[in-house]
Order: sequence, then C-alpha cells, then structure tokens
Amino acid sequence: MTAPDRKPTERIRSRPRRLSPRDRLTLTLMAGVPTVLTVGFVWLPALLSVVLSFSSWPGIGGIDTIHWIGLQNYRTIFTIYPQFTPAVEHNLLWLAVFFCLPAPFGLFLAVQLDKQIRFSRLYQNVLFLPVVLSLALIGFMTELIFSPTQGLINNLTGHAGQHGMIDWLGDPKLNIWAVLVMACWRQTGYIMIMYLAGLKSVDPAMKEAAALDGANQWQTFRHVVWPALRSINVVVLVITVIESLRAFDIVYVVNKGTNGLQLLSVLVTDNIIGEASRIGFGSALATILLLISMVFIVPYLITVFRKDQRG
Amino acid sequence: MAQPSAENRQSTSAAPDTFTQPFTRRSLLRGALMATGAIAVPSFLTACSSSSGGSGDPKTVTLGSNAAIPEPKGAYQTLFTQVQQSTGLTVNVNWVDHNTFQQNITTYLQGNPQDVFSWFAGERMQFFAAQGLLSNVDDVWAKIGANYTDAMKAQSKGADGHYYFVPFDYYPWAVYYSKSLWASKGYTAPTTWDDFIALAKKMKGDGLIPMAFTDKDGWPAMGTFDYLNMRINGYDFHIDLMRNGTKWNTPQVKAVFDQWRELIPYYSPGFLGLTWQEGAQQLLNKQAGMMVLGLDQIGTIFTGAQADDLGFFAFPEINPSYGQDAVEAPIDGFMMSRSPKNKSGAQTVLSYLGTAAAQQTWLGSNPADIATAAGVDTSKYTAPQAASVQLIQGAKHLSQFMDRDTRPDFADPVMLPAIQQFLNSPDGAAGILSNIDKQAKTIWAANG
Repeated sequence: MTAPDRKPTERIRSRPRRLSPRDRLTLTLMAGVPTVLTVGFVWLPALLSVVLSFSSWPGIGGIDTIHWIGLQNYRTIFTIYPQFTPAVEHNLLWLAVFFCLPAPFGLFLAVQLDKQIRFSRLYQNVLFLPVVLSLALIGFMTELIFSPTQGLINNLTGHAGQHGMIDWLGDPKLNIWAVLVMACWRQTGYIMIMYLAGLKSVDPAMKEAAALDGANQWQTFRHVVWPALRSINVVVLVITVIESLRAFDIVYVVNKGTNGLQLLSVLVTDNIIGEASRIGFGSALATILLLISMVFIVPYLITVFRKDQRG
Repeated sequence: MAQPSAENRQSTSAAPDTFTQPFTRRSLLRGALMATGAIAVPSFLTACSSSSGGSGDPKTVTLGSNAAIPEPKGAYQTLFTQVQQSTGLTVNVNWVDHNTFQQNITTYLQGNPQDVFSWFAGERMQFFAAQGLLSNVDDVWAKIGANYTDAMKAQSKGADGHYYFVPFDYYPWAVYYSKSLWASKGYTAPTTWDDFIALAKKMKGDGLIPMAFTDKDGWPAMGTFDYLNMRINGYDFHIDLMRNGTKWNTPQVKAVFDQWRELIPYYSPGFLGLTWQEGAQQLLNKQAGMMVLGLDQIGTIFTGAQADDLGFFAFPEINPSYGQDAVEAPIDGFMMSRSPKNKSGAQTVLSYLGTAAAQQTWLGSNPADIATAAGVDTSKYTAPQAASVQLIQGAKHLSQFMDRDTRPDFADPVMLPAIQQFLNSPDGAAGILSNIDKQAKTIWAANG
C-alpha cells in the first residue's frame, strides 16, 4: 500500500489517505477469512482438546455425558500407561536421527550436485524421487524390504530361514531402525532439495572471488557458502522438527505403531479413533504432543519475529 | 484402534485402509466438533451412502455393509437379490471397507446410519446397545426365534434382556493342521496339554515349526489367551474377566501366562514380525505342524482342492474340571440402527436374514464360515465346515473373541500391546499383569 512515488511522503503523513470501501473490503476479506479459518479449524479445536483432556468421554452422546475428572488422564499417562515412555523416546530418537543423518547428508549431496557435475539432473531426480512417495507407501516398501520371511534383505543375505532369521519388523530393538532407515531415505532427498535451492541463490561471483583470493573448496564453503545458507538452515531445522513429530504413516502401516514402533501420534490415534473412543485420554496425549511441539516452535517464532522487528 | 477383528478377511493385502486414517489434527478437530455438539457432522461413511437422499421409501431398505471386498461382497449381492425375490424389498447397500467400518462405528451410528448394518455379537454389540444407539429387534425374534439355539439367543441379547442382534454366520477357533502332512508323519490329535507339548516337541525333532504363530497384527494372540484362560479357569471366569476387568492381577490370570510361556519355544521364529497370512502359509506349505486360528481366516488360505486337507482339533484340555467345554466362536450378524427410515421393511429383511435359506444362499460362495440358523443343508458343507458344526454344537459355552467379549476401549488400546509385550519378554508377566490391572480399573471406572 505504499505510494508509488517518494516525494509526497510528508503529505501522506500529514493527511493519511483514506482507504476506499473497496480496499477495505478486500483487506477485510484477505485478513479476515484466513483468520477465521485458522481460529476455527486450528486454534479452537486445539483449545477444546486441551479442555477435553480433563474429561472422560466415550465420544457417544451430547456434552452432558462428559465426565470431568481433572488431571486423572495425565496421572494415568505418566504412571500406568506403558506405551507412553517408549513413544516419547521414539519421537526423540526420530528427531535426533533426522538431525544427525539426513540433514548433513542432504547438505553434502546438495553441495556435490551444485558443482555442475555430469548427469547432475539425473542424480537430482533419483535422490528426490522418494520425496514424491507418501510415507504410507514407504511403509509398504519397508515391509517388502524388511519382512523377516519374505523381505528382500533376509532373502538376499540368507537370513530368511528358520535358523538365524533376523526379525527386522518384530524385534522391538531392531524395527525402529528399519523404519528410520526408510524415513531417512526419504528425508535426505527433501533436505537436499532445500539446500540445493539455497545454493542456487548464492551468487557465483562470490565463489569466484574466493577462488581468486586463493581459498580452497572447503574454505570457500566454510566462509562464503555456509553463511549465505543461514536462512535455509532455519527452514531445514523447522522441517526436521515437524517431520519427526508428525511421523506416523510409516509405523502405522508396518504394525499399527505397536511393539517397538510406538509414537505419540499413534497413541493419540489409537485412543481417539476406534469403536469406542477414549476421547479425554487421547486429548490428554494430544495436549502433551502440543506442548512438546511448542518447545521447538516457540523459540523459533521468537527468533523470527525478533529478526522482523530489527529488519 | 486397529483391526483386531478376527474376521478381517481382506487383510490379505497388508492394510490399504490405513490410508484413511485421519491424522492427529483431524482427530482433534473431530473431538472438538463433537464437544461443541455438532455431532451430526456427516462422517464419510454416511457421506458416501447411496441412500442419504431417500427418506423412507417403503420398498427400499438401506444396509451398511463392512464387506467391501469382492469375495463376501459377491455372495451378499446374490443374497440381496434373493431378498428382493422373497420379500419384494430392495436392499440399497453402502459398501464400506471392513476396518474402516469398525473404526468409524461410533460416528456412523450417531450420524445418519443405514436402517440395517453388519456387526458382531457379544460385548461389542451390548456396548452400543447400552449407549442407546440401536433399536431392539424383539419383533424380528418373534418370527425367527425357532431357528436358533439358546446359546445363540443369549449371544443376541443386550444387558437389558432385549434382542439387538440377528446372527448370520460364525466360525470356530481351533488348532488347525494339514491332514496330509499329519498322515505322512503319523501324528495324532492331542486332547491334553501334555500330549500337546509332546507332539510339539516331536514336530520340532522332525524339523518342522511346531506351531505357526504370528502377532504382528496384534489380535491373533488374543485367541490363544482366550483358550488358555477358558481351559485353565473356566468360561465363567473368562467372561467375568472380560466384562468386569477386575481380576487381572490374580494368580488365576498369572497361571495363564505361565502356561503360555511353555508354548513360546515352539512358535514360528520371528513371530512378532509376521502376519497371520504368513503363518497360515507356513501351514499350507507344510513347514509348520499346527496353528491356533479361526476357520474364517485359515479357510481363505486352504481353498479349492486343498480345502479338505484342512483338519483341526479342539484346543487341548488343561484343567480336567473344565475339559474342552468352551469353544471360541465369533458370530457375525446384523443390527438395526436407532431410528431406521423404513422400520417395518428393516424388520422384514432382518427376519429373512435370520433364516436357513438366506444363510445357505450366502454360504454357497463362502466356505470359511458356517450358518447360525438351524435347517441348513449340511451336505453342501466342506469337510472343515461340517467338522466345525460338530465342534460348536458339542460346546457347553461359546465365547466370542477378546475384542468382542470385552470393552472396545480396553481390548485394543490396552490388551493388544500388553500381550505383545509379554511375548517379547515372557518373564515380565507379573509386571505386565499389574499394569493391565491398573489400566483396566481406570477404564472401567472412567465411563459410567
């Protein structure tokens, strides 16, 4: 809404231009509709879930059938719900693995592909391909590859027989890793494409200048490219957190998220969706998941808003 | 949660229905909308109903079916054509995937359900009857009562003594084996626990997997638990445990897990990573000696020429005072929704479905189940079907299945992972049981 020419700034300041009714309507619609949608479909349900987490309700009948039981659901979750601890551990493991493997490896691949090597396009496509697949589909692929009797790996390595079988999907110490391998396979391509986009925006002149100054490849990367990737790093960080907290499909396809593949998102689903739902209990789990995401998201938003103010 | 329904035939194809799983936010949203009283949000079940427009055409009855996959669907279509010829009523069917139907049942029944819909007997039926989501079908039973045994009648009543369910087909759980394999090895069916273990030991010596066992899906192990509990503690104890959930942390239940521990060394290697289909294949390929499963499942693997090679024996006796008097026999059937648009038509259709003629029509193309009504021409049964009738008719008590005999919010969320945990670390049974006990108490106390 800035005026096209700079001169009349004073005039505008002294006598602010009135918005025409049409402008106002446009503005109201543009800001209002998304606000209503966000509040109605994101915030209100989220808040109501928090409210419901203090209740016990089978999801049948009206509001009058809801029993309010205070913190009982939370007490149950933290004391006698055996699935909870492994679910939190697995979510954190997922997060740690996503930080340690696909993020740096994606960056590595992006830097290599950015060097204009031969068949670069082909490599890009190959590495990006898994990102196109849904995680549910990757879940089915996990079964094809890791199934103990019929899977690819055990049959290739001769571990599919009765003796010396490696139980990739049934052993709770192994199956989380089998699933993580597949999840990382997809995530790496995703991160790679992010970094590749970032690298394309680095001015080649800067790299040339660095080369002229006698910097080697590593020095160029460390002092020229990496600082320029700052904003992408933030995006990658956020994506990594989001992807690990919302992990769900792949484990649900493999074994419905039981026996070593528990995740918070699965526990919420288990309790809320089904023949008789434990709406209150599931909401309490969802609230915990919300709080955990807040731990990651709030600091991020604070940084972003601070930057905006400075800018 | 997920599909521990013993009868999910379509799970042959991994689990395509998982795509329909709503994610966290959607669940939150659903909970929230319900809380605000907007309960009439049409679930996608009703949304895809072909009948949502019609309000009470007297010549049409709407029916929600969980049999969307080709095999039972084809058989049902033949049946519904028959219904039209016999009663003059058109059955307008909404076909839904089995697991999806189960998962959405509460939303479905509170939304805009069809007049008649497929469901299961036992606590699973009583639970919804008690919530006031069904119409009683006493009028229907006045007509079909003579077709059913007292055991069937008992399984069709709600806690208030009214009938809510019309049984259609059922099948037993037993220990299945390949007759030709057994004949070549000279095995004979055991009746006691000691013989059972001795046979397993012998099979192991012969290089077989003694017992095909799989529990990646979670529910197949429930059948073994049910049998062990009924053999050790008796039917009454079992049903009381399932219905009231008060006795989990007792020496009786501990004994069940102790007995179970003896079997684990004879199970398929890597059983927690296998689906029941993979286990059934081990039986079919003569790699495994026997398997505790339902006819409804194993009957879909032993088909065609192999159908008559399928043999079984009743789960062996453990405690002589109970012998082999109980049989696990899940019953599938039909119920009527709370306010059907065409009530008299629905009653007519239900009365017809409760006859031997209707069930015979359907069984013609479905040899993995048996009819619930008396008067079916048994000469058309396959050998395993005929033997199943014998087994069930000789039983003093019929149980349903763990996820049909106990509360739906207990079976899947609590028992399924607990049993998997036990199978993973059989020595931790005491801790697992005390935990089940605590969870059961909060669940039964929570929803009054």
